[in-house]
Amino acid sequence: MQREGSPWRGLGVVTQKELSDHLSSARMLVIQLLVVVTGVVIVLVSLQQIRDITAEDPFLLLRVFTRSGEQLSFVFVMTLLVPLLAIGLGFDLVNSEHNQRTLSRILSQPIYRDALLFGKFLAGLATIAISLTAMWMVVIGLALSALGVPPNGEELARAALMLVVTIAYAGVWLALAMLFSVLFRSPATAALCALGLWLFVSILWPLLSGHLVNVLFPPSATTADALLNSLSMHQAFRRLSPGALFAEIVTVLLDPAMRSTQQSQLAAMGLALVEPGSIPGAPLPLLESVLIIWPQMVGLIGGSIVLFVIGYVVFQRQEVRA
Amino acid sequence: MSNLVIEAQNLTKRYDGVPVVKGISFSVAQGEIFGLLGPNGAGKTTTILMMLGLTEISDGRVRVLGYDPVREPLQVKRRVGYLPDAVGFYDHLTAAENLRYTGRLIGLRRDECESKMRTALDHVGLHDVTDRRVSTFSRGMRQRLGIAEILLKEAQIAILDEPTSGLDPQATIELLEIIRNLKNHNVSVLLSSHLLDRVQSVCDRVALFSQGNIALIGSVPELGRQVIGDSFDLDVEGEGSGLDAKLKAVPGVTLVETVGLNHWRLKTDRDVRADVAAAVVGSGGKLLRLSLEAPTLEAIYTRYFRNEREGSRHAA
Repeated sequence: MQREGSPWRGLGVVTQKELSDHLSSARMLVIQLLVVVTGVVIVLVSLQQIRDITAEDPFLLLRVFTRSGEQLSFVFVMTLLVPLLAIGLGFDLVNSEHNQRTLSRILSQPIYRDALLFGKFLAGLATIAISLTAMWMVVIGLALSALGVPPNGEELARAALMLVVTIAYAGVWLALAMLFSVLFRSPATAALCALGLWLFVSILWPLLSGHLVNVLFPPSATTADALLNSLSMHQAFRRLSPGALFAEIVTVLLDPAMRSTQQSQLAAMGLALVEPGSIPGAPLPLLESVLIIWPQMVGLIGGSIVLFVIGYVVFQRQEVRA
Repeated sequence: MSNLVIEAQNLTKRYDGVPVVKGISFSVAQGEIFGLLGPNGAGKTTTILMMLGLTEISDGRVRVLGYDPVREPLQVKRRVGYLPDAVGFYDHLTAAENLRYTGRLIGLRRDECESKMRTALDHVGLHDVTDRRVSTFSRGMRQRLGIAEILLKEAQIAILDEPTSGLDPQATIELLEIIRNLKNHNVSVLLSSHLLDRVQSVCDRVALFSQGNIALIGSVPELGRQVIGDSFDLDVEGEGSGLDAKLKAVPGVTLVETVGLNHWRLKTDRDVRADVAAAVVGSGGKLLRLSLEAPTLEAIYTRYFRNEREGSRHAA
């Protein structure tokens, strides 16, 4: 049976209200503090390293993000920090409406549930986008004033694209946190589940997946083909974690010389990827880099859509009454 | 009753195959205060949620102001105000901010919303606390804020779920007064409650729920006649000799019970107050008290279910 009226009715109102709730909450203060401190630390650490290496690097600005030391790489920090922000904002989005007994009152206004859920998601994403943009600006601003070298357009475009990808990565975790807030009536349970999954996927899975592949597909031959195959298999398993996708994208985006997402693993084995007719180590144009990591980007966005849809379906079928 | 605002026919709700509301039919006329009464878990709230399109209807149909809540929920929800059981507001926002949010969801213009909001808050007596956070509100104040929301919406129907539960007697009286006032605004009211006597005073008609069925429907006096029969209880106090026999002799009196000294309770098959007075005074006695006791909803309810139980026992 077809229902009448637009599912988007009230979307703007809900988004605006949720956004203003987020921005005026104590949680936002904590998030901003985290984000600014992280930004400053990253710049300080990486400046130390950049000063040691050459000043003739054409992508000096991007090095701020990539050369931030072994123990605290920018990519690693972001793979951990971004989910934390998203879960912090999302774990009580829907169940708090149940617990405050506001849900049935709001849904008795002339809007569909779609608008409520989507508005909450958009507001959460906008909040994270604001925080991450602030962080990005802190990093770039500090780096510019410290390095004193104007960035070129390509560098800025790559950095901006990285920001967009980071926001998409946050979308996956926000959708996940929101799914748990639909599934569990208790915010504490929802937060615990989301954090548990975050811990598993970000820290345990990279270790576990390697062993899993070795058990399932024991390494046998030592030919180049077999080596590449096993490398791809490892990568495929690792990519089940959104953090792995995000890391691959950012690595390629921030280093124009990257020609493959397997390059660093190959390098670790003392091998190099040589394409016929190309100069090893020469920078790729932005578009080429994007083409390499296009599937990963689609994967991230697709993942957040799938998670959101699951939450949406469950929410639509949920009873309003407590 | 030509202008019905709510019509339900054979309305049924099953949760996992278990019927909770079992094919009920009722209608509410414009400007009427209609009570859905019954114990907790009898299916009142489920019925209400079906009327608002907030839960799926398993069977049957309902029309609210001519709209189908399944297919046109937005039309229904635009015109119907709903006060849920133990209504919640956003605690960190003030009363005004909560209502502003509702106003914007309804689609009111800002200036329109502000003036309507002020009138509504005045009406429910919350104008002093407009800018206080709802977290400081008592239960009664939240209920009144909920009514203010319905007024802001200029709803044609107000659906109130257990509006008086958990309120102290004073707050209950105030709230019932506000509900009565809704009728003056030409709002039809449908309210549910398990507190029979409180609600009896405001309802024009009631439906008594029992285990997902409507057991009885009608105005309170009608129900009294249906269930308790055409019997009236007369409470008589008087002084004089041989009044006992005199009272028994009045035509229409079926039973005279002696309650105390000079105090009787009569069962009669019609209103014979005038005859009783004449009999007492005519015999030279003093009439000290003569009152007709109308059956209360509670009496009707308990009597009905006692009859039901006895009926089923006989059948078994």
